[in-house]
Amino acid sequence: MSVLNIKIDGISCQAEEGMTILQAARANGYEIPSLCEFNNGECNRGSCRVCLVEATGARGLVASCVYPVSEGMEIKINSPKALEARRESVELLLSNHNQNCQQCDKNGRCELLHVAKLTGARDNMFVGVHTESHIDRLAPGLVRDTSKCILCGRCIERCKNAQGLGILGYENRGFNTFVSPAEDRSFQNSPCIQCGQCVNVCPTGALMEHSEIDKIDEAFKAGKHIIAQAAPAVRAALGEEFGYPVGTPVTGKMIAAMRRLGFERVYDVNFGADLTIMEEGTELLGRLQNGGVLPMITSCSPGWINYAEMNYSDLLPHLSSCKSPHQMQGAVIKSYWAEQNGLDPNDIFVVSVMPCVAKKYEKERDQEKVNGIPDVDAVITTRELARMIKRAGIMFNRLPDEDWDGDIMGDYTGAGVIFGVTGGVMEAALRTVYFKLTGQEKEDIVFTEVRGHDAGIREASLDINGTTVNVAIASGMRSAKILLDDIRAGKSKYHFIEIMGCPGGCINGGGQPYIRHCFLENEPDDILETYKERRAKALYSEDERQVLRQSHNNPQIIKLYEEFLGEPNSHKSHELLHTSYAAREGFR
Amino acid sequence: MAKIQAAAAAKIAEICDRHKDENTPLMMILSDIQNEYGYIPLEVQEIVSQKTGISVAEIYGVVTFYSFFSLVPKGKYIIGCCLGTACYVKGAQQVIDKFSEVLKIQPGETTEDGLFTIDALRCIGACGIAPAVSINGKVYPKMTVSQVTEVVAQYLIAEEKMKEGETL
Repeated sequence: MSVLNIKIDGISCQAEEGMTILQAARANGYEIPSLCEFNNGECNRGSCRVCLVEATGARGLVASCVYPVSEGMEIKINSPKALEARRESVELLLSNHNQNCQQCDKNGRCELLHVAKLTGARDNMFVGVHTESHIDRLAPGLVRDTSKCILCGRCIERCKNAQGLGILGYENRGFNTFVSPAEDRSFQNSPCIQCGQCVNVCPTGALMEHSEIDKIDEAFKAGKHIIAQAAPAVRAALGEEFGYPVGTPVTGKMIAAMRRLGFERVYDVNFGADLTIMEEGTELLGRLQNGGVLPMITSCSPGWINYAEMNYSDLLPHLSSCKSPHQMQGAVIKSYWAEQNGLDPNDIFVVSVMPCVAKKYEKERDQEKVNGIPDVDAVITTRELARMIKRAGIMFNRLPDEDWDGDIMGDYTGAGVIFGVTGGVMEAALRTVYFKLTGQEKEDIVFTEVRGHDAGIREASLDINGTTVNVAIASGMRSAKILLDDIRAGKSKYHFIEIMGCPGGCINGGGQPYIRHCFLENEPDDILETYKERRAKALYSEDERQVLRQSHNNPQIIKLYEEFLGEPNSHKSHELLHTSYAAREGFR
Repeated sequence: MAKIQAAAAAKIAEICDRHKDENTPLMMILSDIQNEYGYIPLEVQEIVSQKTGISVAEIYGVVTFYSFFSLVPKGKYIIGCCLGTACYVKGAQQVIDKFSEVLKIQPGETTEDGLFTIDALRCIGACGIAPAVSINGKVYPKMTVSQVTEVVAQYLIAEEKMKEGETL
């Protein structure tokens, strides 16, 4: 790759051949105000015209996100002509935008608002009619409001790249264009798996999680016993909402904040994760030893479950019947915990804090209820938790570090923590399976061969006491599809497969804080490439700090089985902790 | 979701295969389906999606982008009134309004008997004979408002004769 000599606003600097002007500027310490561009072209390239600059050799102004640099090019970002053009582009976008910014949940993280401020956009420059808006609030996971859409196409590309689905597309033409699933359907009635990856990339408030903060407020008003539980991946990312560097684990402060929000108990879903391993590990051993359906596939990710039910219903017997950890834990709270505390399960309200929006859908499923009582009543994302903390006036960084509530389900192991990253469930299960097959713990505990932090397939073949266990891991449906097609064709050599809905697993879930260059001023310019690895590291480091690192060694798990459940996969376990799946049409 | 008949599904699959070696087959596939069936509903788009690997949303986007494609059945006779600039200044709006008046439907709609659809077209490239009207490919040059009733009547008479032929 050859190095090019260029000039940016009169200063000589260098760029690599093939870079766009925007990339070259970024490598030299500039962040050209831009809007639609994302993740090196994960968008409808050059459509918003916000990143206009002057460049020698070009006719007129060019969109820096698509125009390549060339030898000797002189770029002007800060010329009167470029400044005026960028301002006008933003004003044109605003002219067809729902400007109820004060009421918009994206306020503070809206890129359009950000560039409007940067470019100095003036009020009501181009007043005229607005495109008719389409609002979809039917799906429990996510909300679409086209009055806030700028047609950048990031969501369309992300859905294709991450999930290979392409649920969203442009409909109609010209002024009437809007982004939606085919036929302007709701996400709920389309093949959408509600993973929320589109929400993660939306620059404005056009795609958002379906907030359930109001529901929690209502429960407080109704005087319910409100129990909160937080998933492993939340602690690895929540700090970003409060200015901590990406990848800072903030477990102690998160617990302190949740306690100050008034939750009666604050539990770690890691306990549920340990419970999942006990059930899922036992299920796997059962299938291995009794000739059950193999490969067995994990069932923790509701996005993946949605995908399986709509696209691979013939493979549903391969799915573990285990509920996901927070549903298991919810079921235990409303049975065992309720019993211990002398409470009616109907008076208990369980709030799950998740890195996920598909969990909002999952908790509504009939298969996730025991005797008609839902295991979990409300699911909020990492971002919503941050919003609740901020509106309560809690200064997160001034909080002390506190610990989880210790009664009944306070203990957890390192195996539970790593659930939040792709390969984590697999590793946690292997730690326990290893023990069950050999009667002793694996000496160095970890299974590095299954670790990772990105989409794509990893595989390993393990010899555990004479038993060969072939495993594979995939995250994002685009990768998962390859493994699934092999099973369908009868070519799969695996015994156990972990599938996560989002690329990289829960650390990159659809409910995690937004990663944007423009809002993370103190992060390096490659943050979009490295944030998953950094969040994953936060979880692996927490695992390393734990004394107990295998689910079967969690003393409260052992006690729960002794006192209440009997043994893994017992009748009682099946009643509370296992679920079922059913084929569904994509377009319903 | 309603299912389409096996024979139709097979025919659509055959149309997809017909163009499978082309670089960008979608337009040709949709064009053939439109010509064959007169419309391209979502169920059909799902089959095209399975055959081509192009997402339904993208196909739907193409179908709704081009006015040539339709999501609902069109009439036996499609009256395409050009409303391009040249035709417009020569009175095309009055012509299309007259068709609407005679057939009692709006542009884009189909008569209840399924015979006529009025389509408002952008420039069809026949500016020299503006205003131009095209009915199932037959072009009517320099159309006037007074001719509209007669043109419609011609098709109704032809239709009448065809029916008689069938009953005899």
